[in-house]
Amino acid sequence: MSASLIRFENVSKAFGSTVVIDDLNLDVRKGEFLTLLGPSGSGKTTTLLMLAGFEAPSGGTILVDGKRIDDLPAHRRGMGVVFQNYALFPHLTVAQNVAFPLQMRGVPRGEIARRVDAALDRVQLRHLSSRKPSQLSGGQQQRVALTRCLVFEPKVILMDEPLSALDKQLRERLQLEIRELYRREGLTVVFVTHDQSEALTMSDRIAVFNRGAIAQIGTPADIYDRPANRFVSEFIGETNLLEAEVTGRGDDHLDLALEGGPGIRVPGRCEDRAVAVSIRPERLVLDAPELDNHLDATVDDVVYQGNHLRIHLSCGPLRLVAQSERRIEPPVVGRKVRVSFAAEDCTVLTE
Amino acid sequence: MLIAPLVVFLAVFMLWPLWIMISLAIRDDEVSEVLPRTAAALADWNGEGIPGSAAGQALADDLRGAERTRLGPAVRRLNSDISGFRTLMARTQRAADDVTDGAPIDLVAVDERWGETRYWRAIANAVQPYTDRYLLAAVDLERDPDGAIASMPEGASANAAIIVRTFTIAGTVTAICVMIGLPYAMLIAATGGWVRNALLLSVLLPLWTSLLVRTTAWVILLQNEGLVNAAITGLGLSDTPLSLIFNRTGVVIAMTHVLLPFMVLPIFSVVNAIPRNLMPAAASLGAPPLRAFYRVLLPLSMPGVLAGSLLVFMVAIGYYITPALVGGADDQMVASVIAFFALETANWGMAGALGLILLAATTILFIVYGRLSRSGAPIGA
Repeated sequence: MSASLIRFENVSKAFGSTVVIDDLNLDVRKGEFLTLLGPSGSGKTTTLLMLAGFEAPSGGTILVDGKRIDDLPAHRRGMGVVFQNYALFPHLTVAQNVAFPLQMRGVPRGEIARRVDAALDRVQLRHLSSRKPSQLSGGQQQRVALTRCLVFEPKVILMDEPLSALDKQLRERLQLEIRELYRREGLTVVFVTHDQSEALTMSDRIAVFNRGAIAQIGTPADIYDRPANRFVSEFIGETNLLEAEVTGRGDDHLDLALEGGPGIRVPGRCEDRAVAVSIRPERLVLDAPELDNHLDATVDDVVYQGNHLRIHLSCGPLRLVAQSERRIEPPVVGRKVRVSFAAEDCTVLTE
Repeated sequence: MLIAPLVVFLAVFMLWPLWIMISLAIRDDEVSEVLPRTAAALADWNGEGIPGSAAGQALADDLRGAERTRLGPAVRRLNSDISGFRTLMARTQRAADDVTDGAPIDLVAVDERWGETRYWRAIANAVQPYTDRYLLAAVDLERDPDGAIASMPEGASANAAIIVRTFTIAGTVTAICVMIGLPYAMLIAATGGWVRNALLLSVLLPLWTSLLVRTTAWVILLQNEGLVNAAITGLGLSDTPLSLIFNRTGVVIAMTHVLLPFMVLPIFSVVNAIPRNLMPAAASLGAPPLRAFYRVLLPLSMPGVLAGSLLVFMVAIGYYITPALVGGADDQMVASVIAFFALETANWGMAGALGLILLAATTILFIVYGRLSRSGAPIGA
């Protein structure tokens, strides 16, 4: 779980004059589930394509097990790739699709049959082995694509938004299935998605991409609780991002004045004068005098969301969203309330 | 309701001419129209010996009333079966005209040939409303005097050879179209933007060019002093100019040129619909480019190749003007034989029969294609 299996060193990629990836450094550890997360055009898919061998880097090197692979053609990299639309061969049956990578490797006929059957058994699809892909459901097709990829036991599995074509329920079930498969087979997975909740659900680590560079890389908890910059704090989950001015500096805390006047105290050090503070909606609590910081606000709206309430608040020019459990008495719209939050729930962002 | 005009159009411009062609090929009423009473009298004759005197009486009655203009073709038709029929019928008609209405006549006394079975049998065959003689003649077969199917004597007809030649030329053109069209269609599918449009346009251009202009251009290019030969001799590839036009080579080149779009467009539409990620997928699974091509792209393109080949072949077997303009005497195809029968000898029966053979070939190909495309990909794993 610690040794680096794949390493991107100063990799860049430009299409004409458009720079897609700029000086990327990234380690993928052996046996980890790493997700490349980002909005479209952020370079996450290009990174995956360079790793798979479908795009050549414009600069830098990509190493696997310490060996340069960026001049190796795709078919000799031995990486399993699962594509967005499954990319099953429509003229071949399920069994023939799964047998394909073994045939390409010159595996003897008898062994191919045995391994194909075993692989299809593991995903409970053996009874469909003589069907054509068009006769399968989306979920079954994705399982076949995964099986076809696993059957030749690649060092790394690359997945390019493999679940985006499926509906929500099926997507969530397959997320767990992939996760389970990953654990059981001891795979190394590089997974690309633009869906942040999918990234949080599945990953050991997440690399958040923005404009061709990694904005932050870390565990899901790191990314969510301690976003490194404004982009990450807004892209991952929901947050209240408040502009503030530093009015005082302590040993391990800062005194800030929010837009409109109210002062708060947060942990951290910072040389800048203008900063932003990120506070997650579920960290804002109504009427909790024991917490460090308090704001006087007016309730603008209360939205019922099933398992929780979303409370829209205004505090002078500030607009806040709080999320609270349903157990509390819903506040009345228009009422003055006191919003409280702990100092350690605030993240100070300078960039 | 809205498809009523379509139905009318199809009926008038497709089904009706088709029916006329088929009926011309198998109908044979030249004789039966002139000799209706004879036809009725011979209806239950078993073809052995000599028919009863009623048949002779009926023949005399028919001949007495026959118009000369309609009798002529009928006699010519009978004369083509047994020469001498013309004089026999002329003598018999004179004898019939001499006898007053209703009086019995003894034909054997008029001409002793009426005592021979084969003359009666010839009439009995000729008054049948339907015949297979045109269809048989279209493939160089005929019925011998006993009614069995037999080959025509050597050199009597070249239809079978011309049909074989037609299929050979069409097959050659189809094969060359596949060899050029498949890579070309894949190239179009792989490109985009103005390059794709330019490639598509250049293959469609021959379709929009006047046939005469196109063909004349080939004559200019391929003649002995033409550009192509100048280039070949200039480069030292050959000392003497190659004969590229007014022979089989010229026909194949000119036909391939104009039929190429019928190959390229179906393949292009099939290849263009193949998901773009299949070739990367094959590569990621360990397939080198050439193997990925043979295992994935080529089999998936086959429906297009099949459709294109069918189209090219079916259009090619009907070619008429191009072979006439750029081919030699030995490069004429079935269509020119049909034109010969239809326009020069007014032998509608033969023209219809040869047309029917082309139609049958096309229909069989179409059914085979339907079977193949319904059973899924023609090439398995």
